[in-house]
Amino acid sequence: MNFEVTEEQKAIREGVAAVAKQFDDHYWGRKEAEESFPFEFHRAMAEGGWLGITMPEEYGGAGLGVTEASIMMNEVARHGGGSAAISTIHINLFGPHPIVVFGNSDQKSEWIPRLVSGKDQVCFGVTEPDAGLDTTRIKTFARKVDGGYIINGRKLWTSTAQVATKILILARTTPIEECRKPTDGMTIFYTDLDRSKIEVRKIPKMGRAAVDSNATFIDEYFVPDAHRIGEEGKGFSYLLHSLNPERILVAAEAIGMGHDALGRAARYATERVVFGRQIGQNQGIQHPLAESWIELEAADAITMKAAWLYDAGMSCGAEANAAKFLAARAAFTACERAVLTHGGLGYSKEYQVERLMREVMVFRIAPVTEQLILSFVAEKVLGQKKSY
Amino acid sequence: MKVLVPVKRVIDYNVKVRVKADGSGVDLANVKMSMNPFDEIAVEEAIRLKEEGVASEVVAVSIGVKQAQETLRTALAMGADRAILIVAADDVHTDIEPLAVAKLLAAVVKEEEPGLVLAGKQAIDNDMNATGQMLSALLGWSQATFASEVTIEGDHALVTREVDGGLQTIKAKMPCIVTVDLRLNEPRYASLPNIMKAKKKPLDEKTPDDYGVDVSPRLSIVKTAEPPTRKAGVKVGSVDELITKLKDEAGVI
Repeated sequence: MNFEVTEEQKAIREGVAAVAKQFDDHYWGRKEAEESFPFEFHRAMAEGGWLGITMPEEYGGAGLGVTEASIMMNEVARHGGGSAAISTIHINLFGPHPIVVFGNSDQKSEWIPRLVSGKDQVCFGVTEPDAGLDTTRIKTFARKVDGGYIINGRKLWTSTAQVATKILILARTTPIEECRKPTDGMTIFYTDLDRSKIEVRKIPKMGRAAVDSNATFIDEYFVPDAHRIGEEGKGFSYLLHSLNPERILVAAEAIGMGHDALGRAARYATERVVFGRQIGQNQGIQHPLAESWIELEAADAITMKAAWLYDAGMSCGAEANAAKFLAARAAFTACERAVLTHGGLGYSKEYQVERLMREVMVFRIAPVTEQLILSFVAEKVLGQKKSY
Repeated sequence: MKVLVPVKRVIDYNVKVRVKADGSGVDLANVKMSMNPFDEIAVEEAIRLKEEGVASEVVAVSIGVKQAQETLRTALAMGADRAILIVAADDVHTDIEPLAVAKLLAAVVKEEEPGLVLAGKQAIDNDMNATGQMLSALLGWSQATFASEVTIEGDHALVTREVDGGLQTIKAKMPCIVTVDLRLNEPRYASLPNIMKAKKKPLDEKTPDDYGVDVSPRLSIVKTAEPPTRKAGVKVGSVDELITKLKDEAGVI
């Protein structure tokens, strides 16, 4: 067992930190207030080559694993950008995974370099109003026509669709009733997001105003055969490949945000003097902060373990889910404590922690809820009967 | 023209320095270490010279503990072509003195035959500000210290120096040693593709014995102490009171 951070991993952390530190609280506060996409941050990360961290080297990426991607995203989250900074680039890391693994060489050489350089931004059209985690119930349908498909349907929570140039769509190509298994009969398309033909409607939400989430309406949209990934009907199984990496990344991101909030709280606790002493000198203040550090570090340990398992080609479902569960809770609690440590000022926007607190909530819900994680562990690890 | 850039692994400038309990030095155990910021500026300048076509190769060299390999990888990730690590100490608390470093660098210079040595003006850990000057003396090369601007013109370097009261421009005959100051440039960050490339660049490991240099210390540290803590100030009620206090209590006017 070796917990030593490699030279390369250190260099990744420092390189990412150097980019992230150019964007201060003022920048992220302004992006939030103006609800404007952090293009400058996206560009800076693209210029540093960071968007290609998990992409194959032959297409301009670095070919690194989930471990390195987790380190990178953890660092992205530590410098005030919160989930806005994360979501600006998150989907780039594992969203295009089906293309990398199942796309043909023409598709890969045409699409991946553009994602690595930041020329293209992709959004993810999987979730639907009537099918969240129950993905097999999606209603979006791709009807085969000469030379391609006509797609109709609605997608929900399509993040970055206001700015993305590409969309990855999961659609049924065979009705569920006609499939042998519910997971059959779905197909993945990677195609242009033409907002003159696909309607993208912003969803007002609790946090992360800078990076949009949307309801997306696809109406008689033609997609050529060349934009289909892999075989027709196998889309769902392609998607499964990126589920565990995503959970691990989300865990690493949440932990980064938790550390950001905790750092702010610890700093404030040593600066703020009440009744003639630093407030952090009181155990009522210092103990909860210490507890958060312990929780975040514990979550980090299992997150890195899950990443290591994945990169070593071993099964990591339980660990990836456990990491997401622990990390989201630890980060949520750290942000809550950060607000409380700041007292009244924690409630004001000036001290940023209220923004982090609003943003951190999403990690407890997405990409998978705490309840489904518990059901997964109960069933797969502890041998209990499926409860849903 | 080849450019040689010495880089030192030092305590990160963001770290709050703590003195060891026995006063023998600064505590470096489990502390973040980075490339000396002035050396980063030197690396950046060397890479720019290469990009301009003035330099053909940039060689980074570090002298110290084995972990200085990380510092050299940083230089390689910024754009240096290859690196030489001279492992001269086992303990992270051992600081190789400027004269020994200068002697080792002089030996490296004789082997590598660079046209220019670009070094940081000083390391932020011990602030000796001596290595570049000593190297110049050992080699008999010209030196230009505290550079804020460097231009190579044929067999001369035009160097603007930050001196007390202004800027001085001097013309130094090549080959020469230039030590760089804070305002020369703003070092770049290592991009991911360059971090990946750095892994494959050559890094030679040597020892002081390979160069026949004795690195045993000639100085002994008598005491290391924290700076005195600043006493709280007082608020004055009026300009008159301030002047009175400055005159009578502080005795400065």
